[in-house]
Amino acid sequence: MTQTASDTAPAGAPSGTPLLQLEGIRKRFGAVEVLRGVDLTLRSGQVTALVGDNGAGKSTLIKAVAGIYTIDDGRMLWEGRHVTVHNPKDAAALGIEVVYQDLALADNLDVVQNMFLGRERRRGLLLDEDSMEKSAGETLASLQVTTVRSVRQPVASLSGGQRQSVAVAKAVMWNSKLVILDEPTAALGVSQTRQVLDLVKRLGERGLAVLIVSHNLNDVFEVADRIAVLRLGEMVADVARGDVDSQSVVELMTTGRSDRLTADGPAPTSSAASREDA
Amino acid sequence: MITTPSTPSATAPDPGATGGGGSRPGLARLRGRVFSSSSPAWIFLVLVVIVAVFSVIKPHQFLSSFDIKSIFINASVDLVMAVGMTFVIVTAGIDLSVGSVLVFSGVVAVKVMEALASGATAVSAGWGVILVGLLAGMAAGAAWGVAQGAVIAKAKVPPFIVTLGGFGAALGLSQVLTNGVDASDVPAKLGNTIGNGSLGPFPWLVIIALVVAVIGAGVLQSTRFGRYTFAIGSNAEGARRTGINVDRHLLKVYAVVGLLSGLAGDLSLAHFTTTTLASHNNDNLTVITAVILGGTSLFGGVGSMFGTVVGVLIPVVLDAGLVIVGVQTFWQGVAVGVVLVLAVYADQLRRKNNSRR
Ligand SMILES: Nc1ncnc2c1ncn2[C@@H]1O[C@H](COP(=O)(O)OP(=O)(O)O)[C@@H](O)[C@H]1O
Ligand SMILES: [Mg+2]
Repeated sequence: MTQTASDTAPAGAPSGTPLLQLEGIRKRFGAVEVLRGVDLTLRSGQVTALVGDNGAGKSTLIKAVAGIYTIDDGRMLWEGRHVTVHNPKDAAALGIEVVYQDLALADNLDVVQNMFLGRERRRGLLLDEDSMEKSAGETLASLQVTTVRSVRQPVASLSGGQRQSVAVAKAVMWNSKLVILDEPTAALGVSQTRQVLDLVKRLGERGLAVLIVSHNLNDVFEVADRIAVLRLGEMVADVARGDVDSQSVVELMTTGRSDRLTADGPAPTSSAASREDA
Repeated sequence: MITTPSTPSATAPDPGATGGGGSRPGLARLRGRVFSSSSPAWIFLVLVVIVAVFSVIKPHQFLSSFDIKSIFINASVDLVMAVGMTFVIVTAGIDLSVGSVLVFSGVVAVKVMEALASGATAVSAGWGVILVGLLAGMAAGAAWGVAQGAVIAKAKVPPFIVTLGGFGAALGLSQVLTNGVDASDVPAKLGNTIGNGSLGPFPWLVIIALVVAVIGAGVLQSTRFGRYTFAIGSNAEGARRTGINVDRHLLKVYAVVGLLSGLAGDLSLAHFTTTTLASHNNDNLTVITAVILGGTSLFGGVGSMFGTVVGVLIPVVLDAGLVIVGVQTFWQGVAVGVVLVLAVYADQLRRKNNSRR
């Protein structure tokens, strides 16, 4: 059963060509089909929360978009054009940056070295440290990340929230258009979560498309414009935040349907064919 | 509000932080800095103390230019290998084959010189032949490194095993090529210049080794190659996700250590004017010890060429000093062993300290 908010005028869904459209994405690991025909549309300036129970396939979906896994079936449209992403470099070339659940920062490198990792600036053969340090500092400042005192300290010496902030700043340094965050607050305390959520909101305000995976519905309702619910590899809902409450999201996550949503929600229609019927 | 339980994660939450950047992180940062820079600085201090002690006990002998010269000559062949080993260990790898690759490269160099020389031996060969032979030695070392790197990076066999196999195979091949008898027809011109000659007061071996170390330091600290070396040792999967071709980089790193072992083979050949088949079984341990003493982390991601230079010098200086003072040099092994274990223990403390944050 797929419940989809109306495409015509849903709250929180600005018009214009979608940035990224996923159509019927399938991925299997051995005998297990982890993604079973997933559709998802992401727009610029919009924060979409991807929620779902443990093992629903959220991380797998993200890694497929990022080029870490190749998909078995389905299409990816980027700014309306059909694209294939074979590796992380392809994704980065499109403007897709991912902040992974297990932070992909190198502990022994400092903040600047991490933010430029794989894309170092050079003067001749040597690394242009001054220019990188300056840009890293500017990016952090523009995102109002003020708690990181020195960009030359090793990442290992940062707190969890600071590390996440650095990882997010790393993601927005590259004229990226879509930033994907996998459970960015899962390991954080209250105030550190606050920092990161504020940062996520600022990304949306900057006009970036943001896809944030989270277990925490408080977080989701705070930052998301739209909420997409993945259950057992299927997208069971993709709705504007204003059209649902957390209880119905929990119902969608656990049972795949919510009577409250169909009864009370102003927008949802069952326009998309249910996959069980297909 | 309804909140589903959050997954436990690898990163520990920071329970004490309230503002994200209060006084605790400041203190932690200071502690982190002291710890991360302590190893090379500390070991340099150890070297200074050793030199000071021997200088006070026997001022004239220890600081005489003969001893200083011999200390540096003894260290230079090891230093060339240690520069390569530093790159390998920073990636969290290891190379046990260096001593055998040194021998193998020396054998290849001599055999090529013999083949090209006009007489039956290469003793009176000219510079053209010598140069080709030396390049062949380095090429042999590099090729050996590439082969090992390919197995490590592509076939995912642990470097410990691959290079342990390489250690035995390279020595065995050297013995096959020489029938187990050292080839000693090394060109006299080579032995008299690079091997045992000097440029002014500076022995050629020392100059070459220092040039290699300086270049190695520059590459490690200031180029993409060095940066990726650290990144892979620190978080290989993270490096891969940033788009770094980790396999290819590892292959290059093992090629570099092979190349430098080949150069060390040339230098050793020039110095001893023989292939020294039986003398390099412990080079791997000597070189690894030096690199670790110098503060490079066996767990990867941390290291410096300066530390490696100091780490190479400590055992050699101890050796020379103990001889002069009249203590059995066997104590050198004891002292270095103890310091090595302490160095790795300090490194483990540092890591635990970091991961607790
Ligand atoms: N590399 C993999 N190989 C095999 N199975 C995998 C792999 N990655 C994920 N899975 C399986 O796919 C399912 C979805 O995993 P994941 O995408 O991590 O879920 P989520 O992030 O929503 O918790 C799980 O059952 C998991 O065990
Ligand atoms: Mg996950």
